[in-house]
Amino acid sequence: MSSVEPILQIKDLRTSFFTDAGEVKAVDGVTLDVPKGGTLGVVGESGCGKSVMALSILQLLDQPGKIVGGEIIFNHEDLLQKSEKEMRYIRGNNISMIFQEPMTSLNPVYTIGEQISESYRIHQNMGKKEAYKKSLEMLKLVGIASPEKRLHQYPYELSGGMRQRVMIAMALACRPDLLIADEPTTALDVTVQAQILELIRELQAKLGMSVITITHDLGIVAETCCRVAVMYCGIIVEEADTEELFENPKHPYTAGLFNSLPRHDLEKEELEAIDGSVPSLADMPPGCRFSPRCRYAEEICLQQNPELTPLGPGRMVRCWIYSDGWKGTKEVAHYV
Amino acid sequence: MSKKELLRVEDLKLYFPIKGGFLGRTVNHVKAVDGISFSVFEGETVSLVGESGCGKSTAGRAILRLEKPTGGEVYYEDLNMNSLNKQELRTLRKDLQIIFQDPFASINPRQTVVQVLEEALLIQNIVPRRQRRERALELLDTVGLKEHQADRYPHEFSGGQRQRIGIARALSLNPKLIVCDEAVSALDVSIRAQILNLLKRLQKEFQLTYLFISHDLGVVRHISDRVIVMYLGRIMEVADKKSLFEKSRHPYTRALLSAIPVLKPSQKRERIVLTGDVPSSINPPVGCRFHTRCSYVQDLCRAEEPELRLTGDMKEGHVAACHYFEELYGDKVG
Repeated sequence: MSSVEPILQIKDLRTSFFTDAGEVKAVDGVTLDVPKGGTLGVVGESGCGKSVMALSILQLLDQPGKIVGGEIIFNHEDLLQKSEKEMRYIRGNNISMIFQEPMTSLNPVYTIGEQISESYRIHQNMGKKEAYKKSLEMLKLVGIASPEKRLHQYPYELSGGMRQRVMIAMALACRPDLLIADEPTTALDVTVQAQILELIRELQAKLGMSVITITHDLGIVAETCCRVAVMYCGIIVEEADTEELFENPKHPYTAGLFNSLPRHDLEKEELEAIDGSVPSLADMPPGCRFSPRCRYAEEICLQQNPELTPLGPGRMVRCWIYSDGWKGTKEVAHYV
Repeated sequence: MSKKELLRVEDLKLYFPIKGGFLGRTVNHVKAVDGISFSVFEGETVSLVGESGCGKSTAGRAILRLEKPTGGEVYYEDLNMNSLNKQELRTLRKDLQIIFQDPFASINPRQTVVQVLEEALLIQNIVPRRQRRERALELLDTVGLKEHQADRYPHEFSGGQRQRIGIARALSLNPKLIVCDEAVSALDVSIRAQILNLLKRLQKEFQLTYLFISHDLGVVRHISDRVIVMYLGRIMEVADKKSLFEKSRHPYTRALLSAIPVLKPSQKRERIVLTGDVPSSINPPVGCRFHTRCSYVQDLCRAEEPELRLTGDMKEGHVAACHYFEELYGDKVG
């Protein structure tokens, strides 16, 4: 993957929330490349900072969230240096986003047609009629049955799956180069999820765009992504090509995630859970952030946070196990 | 089967009225649960699975009488729950408990953990007042919480810990049957595994019977002995776990199973992608309820609703509601 020029480069991104209790570092130095035309998966559990990272790319953070450092390079330009006006042009035109809950991201008092054509009218200065015509095409593209009728309906008249299709139509209206899909199917049933994932994959091939898929579901990563980054407590703990990561997870947290999944092919009486729970972002352990829950943790893990270091081509791991001074086992147990 | 039947559901129906029109009359009904029958045996875990709106949660609530059923009977240890008055029902509730999906919404935020647990003991009055705190602490220990956390409020706990509190509350009255209504759906994978392990351990320790309601087939496969697949208020298929996951006899079950993302990125496989959405349960399709999305649909499916039935090569207890499953899956295995 490393040979392909990345479409988006995130360099040491830091996003913090300034609360009464002090600074909470939601994203604490994330460096990532999004391969051109490919799909990057960002996985992690709730609170790991994956959504905040996505919002930071488009600078859609609400108070008290603030990007405090780093660079986001898109088309050789740093997005963080752009003015709000320039960003507004980029959103929708070049980078688009779909969210988890389509009902809260659609405006309930406008029809579907009005909402899709809005992006044509704003971003491409189209007239009303032309925008409607384009919107109709988009609805057809995302596979909505009887699109002429749907164009004049309101969001409440559509089912969850159809709303998500409308969101995708809106996001792709101006043919962006990059689509950020933040938990696009979490609110949907499995059969509808399969439809939506299929649709995103199809459109990606058709329109040649790159995608960042943010999810907590490793199954979705396996099906849609070519490269994957695992986040934990605001940092990336492992990054690899999807097949490699699934065959041989290196970080104890990644391995733990796999082990705690109920598996179809292995009859296990008891699941191997990861002990404890995610530490609060306001109160991070001093050493490796995973060390309180890690069964391989040694002295050094509790004291010093390891760096994200290369381990073979195209592979990065943040763990002391793979450092030279490590005395304990180098095997991280996993079922794959 | 030699096992003792703990719960029997017969033709259970629950309709929600839709009010409308000039005088607010009932204009129609949402047929959330539309005639389902099944049994739950002592000590087993039976799962109710299906997509949102299939009536699985409503069925659970109707069985516990949290909603009054529109029709049908529920027998608990051969006792018809319909015939009980309020008082008798309350006594019976000791045996029947529920764990809810959202641990944030199902625990009173103004009560400490001990108060939450003591309340159930107080209402059922099974433990003398002096010993209540002791019993509450014991329960906390059972679900893996520490004594020093006993006087904290729910907001001081994480989602997983709150779910443990919900489980402790359900356990407080030594129930026999616990309905787990999407009990692990809101949890992260690493925490979900902890709670699933806890539920399994408790089942062994206290000989519990679970009615496990979930949309997550991976979890269902891990925890259940038998599985009931629901669609639009009706049962599509009932089978023991192995038969269901390996030799399903219903096109809907097969589609559901094939929609689960697999963890092997290198392995691309045939997927049955269903078209369209689940129809409305106000006017469910005539005939087989699944016919609008089924790729094998025939004229008979549109006209006549199939009954749950068993055929020769199916294992005992495995029934499916499809007119054509012999033709579709007759001698194929897997």
